[in-house]
Amino acid sequence: MSTSLPPSALAITGLKKTYSDGFVALKGVDLHVESGDFFALLGPNGAGKSTTIGVICSLVSKTSGTVSVFGHSIDDDFAAAKRCIGVVPQEFNFNQFEKVLNIVVTQGGYYGLTRKESLVRAEKYLRLLDLWDKRDVVSRTLSGGMKRRLMIARALVHEPRLLILDEPTAGVDIELRRSMWDFLQQVNKSGTTIILTTHYLEEAESLCRNIAIIDEGSIVANSSMKNLLDKLSQEVLVLDVVESLPNDFTLENFRCHWVDEHCIEVSIDREQHVNTLFTALEARQLNVKSLRNKANRLEEMFVSLLKNPAKHLDADYPRYNFVSDEVSV
Amino acid sequence: MNFTGQWVAFKTIVYREIHRFMRIWVQTLVPPAITIALYFLIFGQLIGSRIGQMGGFDYMQFVVPGLIMMAVIQNSYANVVSSFFGTKFQRNIEELLVAPVLEITILLGYIVGGMARGIAVGSIVTLLALFFTDLTVNNWWITISMVLLTAIVFSLTGFINAIFAESFDDISIIPTFVLTPMIYLGGVFYSIDLLPSFWAKISLANPILYMVNGFRYGILGVSDINIWQAYGMLVVFVIIGFSVSLYLLAKAEKLRT
Ligand SMILES: Nc1ncnc2c1ncn2[C@@H]1O[C@H](COP(=O)(O)OP(=O)(O)O)[C@@H](O)[C@H]1O
Ligand SMILES: [Mg+2]
Repeated sequence: MSTSLPPSALAITGLKKTYSDGFVALKGVDLHVESGDFFALLGPNGAGKSTTIGVICSLVSKTSGTVSVFGHSIDDDFAAAKRCIGVVPQEFNFNQFEKVLNIVVTQGGYYGLTRKESLVRAEKYLRLLDLWDKRDVVSRTLSGGMKRRLMIARALVHEPRLLILDEPTAGVDIELRRSMWDFLQQVNKSGTTIILTTHYLEEAESLCRNIAIIDEGSIVANSSMKNLLDKLSQEVLVLDVVESLPNDFTLENFRCHWVDEHCIEVSIDREQHVNTLFTALEARQLNVKSLRNKANRLEEMFVSLLKNPAKHLDADYPRYNFVSDEVSV
Repeated sequence: MNFTGQWVAFKTIVYREIHRFMRIWVQTLVPPAITIALYFLIFGQLIGSRIGQMGGFDYMQFVVPGLIMMAVIQNSYANVVSSFFGTKFQRNIEELLVAPVLEITILLGYIVGGMARGIAVGSIVTLLALFFTDLTVNNWWITISMVLLTAIVFSLTGFINAIFAESFDDISIIPTFVLTPMIYLGGVFYSIDLLPSFWAKISLANPILYMVNGFRYGILGVSDINIWQAYGMLVVFVIIGFSVSLYLLAKAEKLRT
């Protein structure tokens, strides 16, 4: 008996985007995300993460390529595709003069939920996101973290099968970030596929099962998180040694990097034991004064994959400063 | 999304639009009412009493339909241009673009929102007019259809303005430099019979003249122009405005990147 595979939550092939100013933001992106996955799209600023998401949810028109969401092409079957997607954009894009509850209820209406249904859903998600007390507050006055949660509630009101979040925790403080992660994990467990973009590696590492790394409009790595971490199984230890070391210092079976005459960095594989390192050092009659782990290895590997690591900077949001949503004529 | 879904989305947009201008009523309903009440007082009451008859009526009676129409035109335009531009500017237009709402549903929602504001202010002005003069309606059908068609035309014009606008200046240029002169020269305050024949002919090229006179005909039963010509013109404007708006929205070159 043959069963056809359920369609991927997201299938992107050969996606290219050239902006009207001639800038090529996507150079042929292929991406597959299985139903139920928690997927990270990782990349530095300007890599094309937001552009990719923009295309998926029809805010950016693509130059070529195909995109389908749960088997619905965004070109031929756009209504069905759109119904499957809930999106939390990178920048705040709700009416700053509107009240929290109205924003969520109105969004439900755009998806065809009657006001009654939409109010029930809005209450459910605003409560889950700890915003119910703020329901009658004008959105402009919310804190950054609350604004982001408001956008999550808005994205969930029509209960999409695929939730896409564009840098959901940028600018959110560490404590709130953790509670947001917990929330997203619950949403994922309840069966919603989640794709998030981030340039925080820790975020991808602790949340996601699969990962793609995008840089300058191309996917440079795409595998399971576990696979990627295995590739990074090498650990670098920094040793401070009492004795003086020559700058051509080597150790049998270990890759060494001479830092200065009292300090070396030693790479050890997962299969190797730290014991054997010490045995080797002892054989050379070297005494280790102190030992530490070299900084975030994932971070390092990530930077090593990128063409231009200096761009790996933090993002900011544009700010609006006008006073009312009415203009006198 | 099926018809029911589009209908719900349409109602949502209309509700949101009405809610918006009601929420900021001090900016949207009060100023036009005050302005037009001042016109009643100055042109109708103070100066009007010296003008005597116009088109066979007291000047006050003559000017009231013109001023009601002015309120409808300015406010349906203002509502759509402000609301849609604001939506674009704050990027909450994206809320609509990511949802399975058809372009025609979006457009109809904004038009009905604009009509609601035009009619709301028009009604307030009509009530205020009753303090200054008696109003009897010659033909309800003509009166109401003229108001509705005019509100649709200016909601559409406001929508097109908002699609092209890139700054707050862009949404006040057209009302200030195009709309206001056209309204003032469009027979709100005078009958074109008063004009030298050259200027009277020029006036006939002003579409607002037809709307104001069509409406005045509905109330007073007098008009400078043929009423059917007014209807013909309005229907043509509605069709053109609707097609252009829908095309711009579907192409959305100014909305999507
Ligand atoms: N509207 C636009 N016009 C021209 N270039 C753009 C536009 N939007 C984004 N870009 C450029 O496309 C590249 C990718 O942007 P984006 O997708 O926002 O990156 P990311 O989200 O990964 O930071 C950047 O170099 C950016 O400057
Ligand atoms: Mg981005």
